[in-house]
Amino acid sequence: MIDRHTTSSSALRVSGTEEEEPPVSSTNTNINVAVKQRARPLLSKKQRQRRSNLVAYSFIAPNFLGFVIFTLGPILFAFALAFMHWDGSNPIQFAGLDNFFALFHDSAFQAALWNTLIYTAFSVPLTLAAALGVAVLLNEKIIGRNFFRTAMFFPYVASLVAVAVVWNMLFNPAMGPVNMLLYTAGVDPQSLPGWAADSSWAMVTVIFFGVWKDLGYFMVIYLAGLQGINGDLYEAADLDGASSWQKFWHITVPQLAPTTFFVSVMLTIQSFKVFDQIFMITQGGPGTSTLVLVYHIYNEAFISWDLGYASMVAMVLFLIVLAVTVVQFRFTRED
Amino acid sequence: MASISLRKLRKSYGAATVIHDIDLEIRDKEFVVFVGPSGCGKSTTLRMIAGLAEVSDGELYIGEDLVNDVPSKDRDIAMVFQNYALYPHMTVYKNMAFGLALRKAKPDDVDRKVRDAAAILDIEHLLNRKPKALSGGQRQRVALGRAMVRNPEVFLLDEPLSNLDAKLRGTMRAEITKLHKRLDATFIYVTHDQIEAMTMADRIVVMKDGHILQVDTPQRLYDQPVNMFVAGFIGAPQMNMLPATIRRRETGFVAEFDGTELPLPATLDAARITPYLDREVVLGIRPEDFHEIAPPAVDPDHLAQLSGKVELSELMGAEMHLNMRLGGQDVIARVSPRYAVADDQQVDLVVDLSNLHLFDPETQESILYAPTPSGTQAAA
Repeated sequence: MIDRHTTSSSALRVSGTEEEEPPVSSTNTNINVAVKQRARPLLSKKQRQRRSNLVAYSFIAPNFLGFVIFTLGPILFAFALAFMHWDGSNPIQFAGLDNFFALFHDSAFQAALWNTLIYTAFSVPLTLAAALGVAVLLNEKIIGRNFFRTAMFFPYVASLVAVAVVWNMLFNPAMGPVNMLLYTAGVDPQSLPGWAADSSWAMVTVIFFGVWKDLGYFMVIYLAGLQGINGDLYEAADLDGASSWQKFWHITVPQLAPTTFFVSVMLTIQSFKVFDQIFMITQGGPGTSTLVLVYHIYNEAFISWDLGYASMVAMVLFLIVLAVTVVQFRFTRED
Repeated sequence: MASISLRKLRKSYGAATVIHDIDLEIRDKEFVVFVGPSGCGKSTTLRMIAGLAEVSDGELYIGEDLVNDVPSKDRDIAMVFQNYALYPHMTVYKNMAFGLALRKAKPDDVDRKVRDAAAILDIEHLLNRKPKALSGGQRQRVALGRAMVRNPEVFLLDEPLSNLDAKLRGTMRAEITKLHKRLDATFIYVTHDQIEAMTMADRIVVMKDGHILQVDTPQRLYDQPVNMFVAGFIGAPQMNMLPATIRRRETGFVAEFDGTELPLPATLDAARITPYLDREVVLGIRPEDFHEIAPPAVDPDHLAQLSGKVELSELMGAEMHLNMRLGGQDVIARVSPRYAVADDQQVDLVVDLSNLHLFDPETQESILYAPTPSGTQAAA
């Protein structure tokens, strides 16, 4: 009897350390009692583990729930909606690939796609170059450096509505100061640009506005990048005989490569999603000259109430952004 | 010709002057080491010579040319930085070739020079690697190689070995010395490590608080330090500094320390000692001048006996350091490792006074050795 007891309690210790199944059942009740008494602290260890997991989950939960309800859910819903007909009030109907084929017959969509590509193709490199240039300038020890930094950052933090109004005034074709200046500089009044009101200048205006507005933000990112470059490298280059321009090309630019990558990815994504400044300045016009994809989605969804088709356009936008970003990542990984 | 001449050179940042009108003559092909504690101005001086820091006042000549306002690239110098400053995005080859390429050298020339330097430094197998794939010692070699390819008249090295481990430091020390002989150029080397200074230099420049304290050969610097700072800075363990009073006896001068009269060698300049008669001075004795038995080669008149208590004995292998309490002072004696002595034991040690030093406690200047004018004494 005593023998059996010790054997099984040692067996219990073995199984207990592995935190496995409850120990071997036995016909002997005495042993069972021993099992229960011994097993209690082991089981509670398991419970403690579970409890600490619960604590962890409870910390994540508020954010995770918010993400599921406000982000993940709507995204999945939008994907599903791309294959449905829905006007927002009547019941949703399955549409198969109707919305997809409709893309090919929608000239506004094609214009929007083209305009979005044009906008991105110009605003990304222009913003990037301007932000880098300004950052390099304002990284030098010049007088009023902090003032200029603040001034460059200001458009980014200022209310878009307010700056768009100012912008519209500045670039008013008839009496804006910009055209006044051009006129004074000798530009023929007949060929003064019509800016936002002129279909051949509207996109230029919108791109300028975008560059001007985003410049400050990316300048700050570039400034941080510049400050991360080891100053010894410039001194070594000085001794190697590099001019300022050579130092910029051979040290600053390569050293900023990770920053440039980040900036270009962020800018590209942002450019494909451009909406607010177009809404404020041109409303997509004149004609479809500044109609971009997100603006088209907005029109289809909340003006025409064709939510299914709008979701299909959104999906196309998503795939384009995804593809471009993947290419960018591939491209930089070559290094 | 690449002699370097610093005349009343000054560096100020606003109101703060960090280099105080220093004068120094560095000869062509000389290996000069600037040594001193952190913040003494040695790196700043080097950076002024390099053209990386502006000269606030005074004149800086390289060869015959006043270079105060000459940009770094036109000074015919190369520099090795403390953290190497290799271009991280370039391969070793491109790092070395960069300076030549900027100077529009022919590609064939560039290639030959890079490969020659790589061969000398034994880094040929690393040419296609980037700096991050190299060890500290390898990076050090690349940094040296980058300096070498341009074949400059002057090499400036700013604590180049401080990021290496002790063993590698020893090896690189010897290699840099060999390199100096081979390249036949002027080397200016900044370090805070007195061993590097002692082993590599033709002449050592000891700096403190923006002043040059002494410029001399390693041997003279060790034997004839002109003040207490130099005496304490050069030599490990440090020179022992003991308060003593100078007295005149029939046999000559003695230094009275803790009731013992230590005879001063008759070879010392009496004229220098006389003004300090019956005054307190600081007696400097190097740890190796303590012996457990009288050294046979030394004139017995220069020996004296001191008794003290051993507080701690440190066996270093080839030698033993005794941390002692002697006449109320802490003293370190360097004796034979075979000397059988226990902690807390009272021992009698023989002091060899032929190399003793005397300092004025007020000015901290040496009583025996006057500073020689900067840069005018013989190199060897």
